[in-house]
Amino acid sequence: MNSLSNNERYFVANPSPWPLITALGLFLLLGGFGLLLHDGPMLPSLLGAVVLIYSVSHWFARVIGENQLGCYNAQVNRSFRFGMAWFIFSEVMFFGAFFGALFYVRELAVPWLGGEGAKGAAHLLWPHFVAHWPLIEMPRSSDFTVPKAAMGPTGIPAFNTAVLLTSGLTVTLAHWALKRNARRQLWGWLLATILLGASFVGLQAYEYFHAYSELNLTLHSGVYGSTFYILTGFHGLHVTLGVIMLTVILGRTLKGHFTPAEHFGFEAVSWYWHFVDVVWLGLFIFVYWW
Amino acid sequence: MSETAEAVMGGEGHAAPLHGWRRWLFTTNHKDIGTLYLVFSLIMLFAGGILAMIIRAELFEPGLQLVQPLFYNSLVTMHGLTMIFLAIMPALVGLANWQIPMMIGAPDMALPRINNWSFWLLPFAFVLMWAGFLTPQGAPNAGWTFYAPLSTTYAPPSMDFLIFAIHIMGISSIMGGINIIVTIFNLRAPGMKMIDMPLFVWTWLITAFLLVFAMPVLAGAATMVLFDRHFGTSFFNAAGGGDPVLFQHIFWFFGHPEVYIMILPAFGVISEIVPTFSRKPLFGRVSMIYAVGAIAFMSAMVWAHHMFAVGLPVSAQIFFMYTTMLIAVPTGIKVFNWVATMWRGALTFETPMLWAVSFIFLFTIGGLSGLMLADVPADYQYQDTYFVVAHLHYVLVTGSLFGIIGAVYYWLPKWTGHMYNDRISKWHFWLSVISVNVTFFPMHFAGLAGMPRRIPDYALQFADYNMVSSIGAFVFGLSQLLFVWVIIQAIRGGAPAGERPWDGAKGLEWTLSSPPPHHSFPTPPSDELVHREGPHGYE
Repeated sequence: MNSLSNNERYFVANPSPWPLITALGLFLLLGGFGLLLHDGPMLPSLLGAVVLIYSVSHWFARVIGENQLGCYNAQVNRSFRFGMAWFIFSEVMFFGAFFGALFYVRELAVPWLGGEGAKGAAHLLWPHFVAHWPLIEMPRSSDFTVPKAAMGPTGIPAFNTAVLLTSGLTVTLAHWALKRNARRQLWGWLLATILLGASFVGLQAYEYFHAYSELNLTLHSGVYGSTFYILTGFHGLHVTLGVIMLTVILGRTLKGHFTPAEHFGFEAVSWYWHFVDVVWLGLFIFVYWW
Repeated sequence: MSETAEAVMGGEGHAAPLHGWRRWLFTTNHKDIGTLYLVFSLIMLFAGGILAMIIRAELFEPGLQLVQPLFYNSLVTMHGLTMIFLAIMPALVGLANWQIPMMIGAPDMALPRINNWSFWLLPFAFVLMWAGFLTPQGAPNAGWTFYAPLSTTYAPPSMDFLIFAIHIMGISSIMGGINIIVTIFNLRAPGMKMIDMPLFVWTWLITAFLLVFAMPVLAGAATMVLFDRHFGTSFFNAAGGGDPVLFQHIFWFFGHPEVYIMILPAFGVISEIVPTFSRKPLFGRVSMIYAVGAIAFMSAMVWAHHMFAVGLPVSAQIFFMYTTMLIAVPTGIKVFNWVATMWRGALTFETPMLWAVSFIFLFTIGGLSGLMLADVPADYQYQDTYFVVAHLHYVLVTGSLFGIIGAVYYWLPKWTGHMYNDRISKWHFWLSVISVNVTFFPMHFAGLAGMPRRIPDYALQFADYNMVSSIGAFVFGLSQLLFVWVIIQAIRGGAPAGERPWDGAKGLEWTLSSPPPHHSFPTPPSDELVHREGPHGYE
């Protein structure tokens, strides 16, 4: 695992202002958002977003610059790989919390409210409630926006599955092209991946619009609407982030970055893209279909 | 990019430190960042400690004297959150920052800028978390566990800022955890096998995994609370088909690994100190590593023992009772091995050893009361009483905090280059160890007699226990000022520590000068040195 020889020098990063400024930007963004939730001013969160984007882009530019100058040895490269892999693992755990919530309400909480099992006494709260899933009629529906129907797997969700799976294929084709140093094919497949990802986000936005305007399915539609939107919403956010990352990578390939042997930046983004893909498969099965 | 590789990588002034305030704000050095973490956590220890002092002053005698019940709830909540997220955890990360690169023969952490980011997120999280004290509705008051619906329907606006503080601290912990994992896997000296790594490094590796595993789940729970509060969702609202108990499941799925996040590195510290002052290798070294791994693995499947009284199905109660009790096996292995290390050792009781030995005694008390709480029928009586408060403070104060203080006394000569004031450090120890028991031991009795926790007033029969606890707490709080005094004195001067101030100490960190060079090991240490300072170097 450790290939640095005993007399090789380590790479150590110079002092940098960007971590501190990134922390400041995140603080302003989130603290400002907290103010917004209580009718406070818009300015702090906007300022936070600007600071955050500015500092993160400078930070990345710095790392890319160091890489282009050839500062990074094999060991640094491995640090980045391990770091990205563990970061994706943390993302898996983040989605795990929401999937866990979905399974819990679906398999335990809702049946208990309907009078099943060891905790069927919860049924006493709303004796008329009948357990079902997707949950359309809530225990106390009068408090909520009752949807007309649940979101089925056919139509846009099935099509979007095809779109995202295809994009997983195209990003791999782009990777193979990069390894063969076939730059034109690399650009083509990368561009295709970006377009597929963007169409996914666009279709998802259209689906949300449809759900809100026609199905009456909103965040306020009880626990079915809650789990539906938090899972698909955070996934959509990640796809959007992935599209931005892919666009940066496309820009870098156009500038001539990456070689057939060394292209960690590309690989990190493609790992991320595949992760987003796998999460979608889980969503399609457990949120839309099952 | 006008810079050259030489300018970025540096010549001999390779990543040299900046001067003045910029050194601390922009640093990428593991020692500077470790110092920032440790100083910050010490300040937070006093911030959280002042809240505890107000709590104990209110509980000094029955009746409401100083604070209103709602503010009391805020005090309890903020004391817990501050101590856990801003004192104990950052202190442990600070120790990791200082020690891990030195102990594995590395120049620095693997991701130095991420490292700086992880630290600087924390002061901002503190501001968000504590800002609630300035609002008319007060600071968060739902308890550090922020159970729904206390945190959803009934919480003040400051709950939103707490949620965002939790997100920021979560990012900090995840990034810190990733950095530690990558450093240990990738920057280890070539001659150091995984199995031969120092115990402190091993415990932190496993802890870092738990951080990356558990913190995102907390972020998810906090996010769902935010959505229930503002965006109309009903995750924790039974009227919409959700369940308030769901919050507890998700929270404790994070919360129980979190408990081990706070204790495992302290186990590592004790496993470093005890062999040094016993002048013997650690007994059962490999079994210690497996025990830590087993504890971490099991920690992920015991969470519902925090929820026995909430109305779980019996099958779930039995499952979680048995898994919880099973953790006593690997923990027992550790305690046994520490004692066996001391057995027939050439023992001396320098200050770090005093803290380590008291840790073994007092943490075991906390572990045993934990076993009592793990027993479902008994837990129906103990739950939500001062017995729980006694238990958690024995594992967190005499466990984690004593481990951290022991580590500071062990490595302070290395960090500062000076020996500290032995007499005052021993006063600090004896005052602390007596007063901490005066504070928390009577809570066992008060709890068994039925005194509920998190209530500012109590029935008259608990008055004596509480007065004793409060006196102990005031002494304990004041004693910690001695700690600050010793540290400041050692930074300012003192007898030179030399490379190896403790004659029984082994490990690569003791081969460096005191204080160590800016980049601990610019080139990896030789295999021979790694071997001599490793676990086989005694032979």
